[in-house]
Amino acid sequence: MMRKAYDVITSLKLTIACLAAAAVLVFAGTLAQVNYGIHIVQERYFQSLFVWWPPAGSGFKFPVFPGGHLIGAVLLINLIAAHVRRFRWGWKKLGIHLTHAGLIVMLAGGLLTDLLAVESHMRLAQGETKNYSEDQRGMELVVIDTTSDAELDQVTAIPEALLRKQREIAHSSLPFRIVVRNFFQNSRLHMVNEGNARLRPIATQGLGAQVAVQSVPRATSMDERDVVSAVIEIIPHEAGTNSLGTWLVSDALGAPQTFPYAGRTWRIELRSARYYKPYSVTLQKFTHERYPGTEIPKNFASRITLIDPERSVNRDVLIYMNHPLRYRGETFYQAGFQKDDSASILQVVRNPGFVTPYVACVIVALGLLVQFGSHLITFSRRRRGALA
Amino acid sequence: MKRWLPILVVLLAASFVARAWMPQKLPAGAADLSSLGKVSVLVGGRVKPLDTVARNSLLIIHGKQELRLADGKRISAMQWLTNVLFNAGAVDEQPAFVIHHPEVLGLFGWEQGARKNFSYQELTPFLRQIEEQGSQAEKLQSTERSSYQSAILNLRNALILYQKLKHSIQPEGAQNFIGELERFLAAVPDGGKAARQREAGEPFDQAKLEAVAEAVRRYEEMSGMAYVLAVPSRADNQWHSIGDSLLQSIGAGEIHPVVRLYAQIGDAYRSGASTQFNEHVTALRIWMEKEKPQAASRSSFEFLFNRLQPFSQSMTLYVLAFLLACGSWLAWSETLRRSASWLLLLGLAIHTFGIIARMYLQERPPVTNLYSSAVFIGWGTVVVALILERIFRDGIGAACAGAVGFGTLIIAHHLAGSGDTLEMLQAVLDTNIWLATHVVAITTGYSAMFLAGMLAIIYIVRGVFTRSLDSRTAASLTRMTYGVVCFATLFSFVGTVLGGIWADQSWGRFWGWDPKENGALLIVLWCAITLHARWGGFIAQRGLMVMAIFGNIITSFSWFGVNMLGVGLHSYGFMQKAFPWLVGFMISQLALMAIGGLPLERWRSFARAPRNQSEEAAKPVPAEAAV
Repeated sequence: MMRKAYDVITSLKLTIACLAAAAVLVFAGTLAQVNYGIHIVQERYFQSLFVWWPPAGSGFKFPVFPGGHLIGAVLLINLIAAHVRRFRWGWKKLGIHLTHAGLIVMLAGGLLTDLLAVESHMRLAQGETKNYSEDQRGMELVVIDTTSDAELDQVTAIPEALLRKQREIAHSSLPFRIVVRNFFQNSRLHMVNEGNARLRPIATQGLGAQVAVQSVPRATSMDERDVVSAVIEIIPHEAGTNSLGTWLVSDALGAPQTFPYAGRTWRIELRSARYYKPYSVTLQKFTHERYPGTEIPKNFASRITLIDPERSVNRDVLIYMNHPLRYRGETFYQAGFQKDDSASILQVVRNPGFVTPYVACVIVALGLLVQFGSHLITFSRRRRGALA
Repeated sequence: MKRWLPILVVLLAASFVARAWMPQKLPAGAADLSSLGKVSVLVGGRVKPLDTVARNSLLIIHGKQELRLADGKRISAMQWLTNVLFNAGAVDEQPAFVIHHPEVLGLFGWEQGARKNFSYQELTPFLRQIEEQGSQAEKLQSTERSSYQSAILNLRNALILYQKLKHSIQPEGAQNFIGELERFLAAVPDGGKAARQREAGEPFDQAKLEAVAEAVRRYEEMSGMAYVLAVPSRADNQWHSIGDSLLQSIGAGEIHPVVRLYAQIGDAYRSGASTQFNEHVTALRIWMEKEKPQAASRSSFEFLFNRLQPFSQSMTLYVLAFLLACGSWLAWSETLRRSASWLLLLGLAIHTFGIIARMYLQERPPVTNLYSSAVFIGWGTVVVALILERIFRDGIGAACAGAVGFGTLIIAHHLAGSGDTLEMLQAVLDTNIWLATHVVAITTGYSAMFLAGMLAIIYIVRGVFTRSLDSRTAASLTRMTYGVVCFATLFSFVGTVLGGIWADQSWGRFWGWDPKENGALLIVLWCAITLHARWGGFIAQRGLMVMAIFGNIITSFSWFGVNMLGVGLHSYGFMQKAFPWLVGFMISQLALMAIGGLPLERWRSFARAPRNQSEEAAKPVPAEAAV
C-alpha cells in the first residue's frame, strides 16, 4: 500500500497530470477574467485549494477542479519525492537536476509570496505627508476616542474579516460592545427622501438614518472596487444601560460620524485598512510628461522626501517608472496618479520572498542551457560521424 | 543546367529586388514630391518625414497607402498629402474615405452597393451627425463598442485627421499665402499700436487693428487644429505648428524661415510652377540639414525605407521559396531545394535590413508593438529553419521558413492598418533592457513554437496525403520537431521569468495572473507536458506531432487571443477584426490534429509498410539520449 502510494507520488504520470491540470486551470482562469475580473479569479482559481461551483440559487457548492495551491503543492511534492527517489549524481544529469532544483525554488517561492506578500497603496497629494499606506481592498472599522489628548487619539481598529463574520466585537479599550447587524461586501447607497416611499433607512443613528443600502454583486473590472458597508449596533457594557442605536458605516460615506458616550466623544469610520510605518513620506512634486504633440505618457515621476528619525534618514528620492524605491523591506513603485495630476499613487509592496524568482530563474535557465546544449553537441557529433 | 538553375533563380529574384532599390527618375518639368517627402516634421511625438505622414494618414483614412480613383488612376500618398496640405479644394472631391459598414451608410440614407469610397464633399452634410455618433461611441471602452460604433468612430477620427491635415500648413483657402504673410508682418506694428491706443482709451485706427485681428484669428484656428508640427524652433529647441510659429511672429517681428518656405512651396504648387516648387523644397531641405542634421538624415533614411517596403519584398521571396521547397519533394529535388534556400537567404537579408532599419529609426530593440512582434517572429523562424535546412538538407527547413515567414509578414501587413508602426512607447514600456531581453526571448519562443507546429504539419500532410514520408524523413522530422520544442521551452521559460522580473521591478509583483502572463505560462506548461510525455514514452512520433500542432493553437492564443479578451495590463491591441481569423486558424489546426489521429492504414505513406517499421513503438526515451 505504502509502496504503491510512493510509486504514484514519484511517478512521471503524476507530473504530467499536474502540468496538464495547471494548463487547464490557467486557461480557464484567463477566460474567467472577462466576467469576474482579475482579483476574484485570482482568489477563486489560483489562490485556492479547489475551484468551487455553486449552482445558481442553491446554497451548496461543489469542488469541480483542483485550485492553484493544490496543484502547486502536489507538483512540489512530486518533484521533490521523485528526485529523492531517483537522484543519481552524474555530469550527464546535471542539466536536469539544475532545472528541477530551480523549479522547486520557484514553486516554493511562489507559495511563500502568496502567503506573505502585502501590497498596499499610498496616495499623496502635492505636499502631503503620510506615515501609512492603505490596503487596496481590505477595510477596517476604526473607533476613535477623540477626547483624550490633543496630540494623540486612542484608535481601535477592527479588520474587515471580523465584521464579515457578523459577530459581536468587544475590546478592552472600548466601554461598549459592537454588534454587527448587517454586512455588505459591495453595496450602493441611496438617500431616503419622502418622494420614494419604498426606501427605508438602514440605521437609527447618524447618517444611516437617511440612507438606504442596496446589496450589489462584487466589482469585476480592474478600476472598480467593492463598496463595503455595515450596520453596527453599539451596546454599552454597563449593566442596565440600553443600546445606543445602530449606525451605518460605509466606504461610500465621505465623513466620519461621532457620538457621545460616557463623557467622551467617539468617532466611527469604515476606511481602507492602514499599514503604519516607522518613517514618513512627503510628496514634493509629481510630474507627468507626455511626448510633444500627443497624449501618450512619456514618464511619471514622484519626487518625495523620506524621513526616518530612527535611522536618521532625511533625503529626497525620485520614484519613476521602472525605478522604484526600496526601503526597510518595502518597495515603493510609481503606480498611478489622480486624473488632474494633483496626486500621485505609489504602490507599496512588502515581499520577503522577492529574491526567490531571481535565483530560480538563473538556476533553471542554466539547467535548460546545459541540458539542451549537451543534446545539441551529442547530436552534431553523431551527425558529423554519420556524414563522414 | 540543373547546376546553374539555383543561381539563375536567385539572380532573377535579385534583379527584381534591385529594380525597386534604384532611385526613380523624375520626369522633366515635374514637381519633385519625393524631395518634399523627405522633409522632417514632428507628428505623434516622433520626428518623421512627410512621406511617412502621408502614408500613415492615407492608411487611416483610406485603408491603403495609395489612393485609387474611380477611373483607375492611382494617386500616391505623397501626391494626395501635398494636395491636402496646399490645395485642399482639389482633394475634397476625391473619394478617399472608406466606409464598409452598412449601418454607417444607412445613417446617411445610402444603400450598401458597389461603392465604398466617399469624398469629403459627399460627407460634408453629415459632419454634425458623425461627430455626435462618434463621440457617443468614444465614451465606451473599446471592448464594449458594437461594430457600428467602432466604424462610426473610425470615420469620425478619419475626418478629424483630414481636417487637421488641411490646417497644418496654411489656413483653409489661402491663395497667395506668402503675400498674406508679408502683409501680416507689415501690419503688425501698426496693429499693435492701434491695440495699445485702444487700451489707453485714445483714438485708434479701427481698420489696422482689424487687419491684424483677422489674421490672428486665422492663425489661432490653425494652431488649434494643427496635426503636423513642422517648425523646429531655435529658441526652445522644440517643434511648433505653423500656426503657433505665426502667433509667435507677432512678438518676434519676423516670420520663421521654415514657415516662409512652406508658404512659397504651397504657392508654387498651386500655380503649377514646378521649377520654383523644386527650388523652394530644396531650400527647405538645406535649411533642415543645417539646423537639424540628425532629424534630416534620419528622415531621408525613413523615406528610403518606406519606398523599399523591404517586408513585402521578403514576403514574395518567402512564398516563392516555399513553393520551390515543396516542389523539391516531388521532382528535381536537389536543384529546387538549393534554389529555395538561396531565395530564403536573399529574403532573410532584406528582412534583416528591414528590422535593423526600424531599430535605427526608433532607437529601440526590435519588438515594441504587435506589428513588430509579427515581423520578428517571422525573422526568428526563418533563421532557425534555415539552420535546420543547413543541417538536414531535405527541403523541410526551407519549406517551414517560407511558410512561416510568409504567414507572419502577411499578419504584420494587416496589423499596420492603424497608422504609425514606429509609434512612441507608453511610459511603462520605456526601458530598452527589458524590451531587449524579455520581449525578444518571448517572441523567439513564439517563433520556435510556430516552427515546431509547421514541421509537424509537414509530417502529417506528407504522411497522410503523399507517399513521400519515408521512415528516414519521418525520423529526421521527429528529431527536428523535438529539438525545436526544446529550444522553444528554453526561450519561453526564460522570457516568461524575465517578464516576471520586469513586473517585479516595475510594480512589485512578480506574477499577477494577467492574461498575457498566463498565455506565456501556457506555452511553457505545454512544452513541459510535451517533453515529459516524450521522455516517459507516453507519446512517440505521431503524438509529438499532434502535440506540436496544438502548440500552434496555444501560441496563437497567447500572442493574439489574450489581447482580444480586453482585460489586463497587456491588452494594448484589441482587434475585433482579427477574431474570425484567429478562430479559423485554431479550427484548421484542430482539423490537422484530427487528420494526424487517423489510423495508420489511412496514411498513404504508411499504408503499404508494416506498422513496426513506419512508426517506432512508444518506449521511454532516456532524456540524455532523446535527440
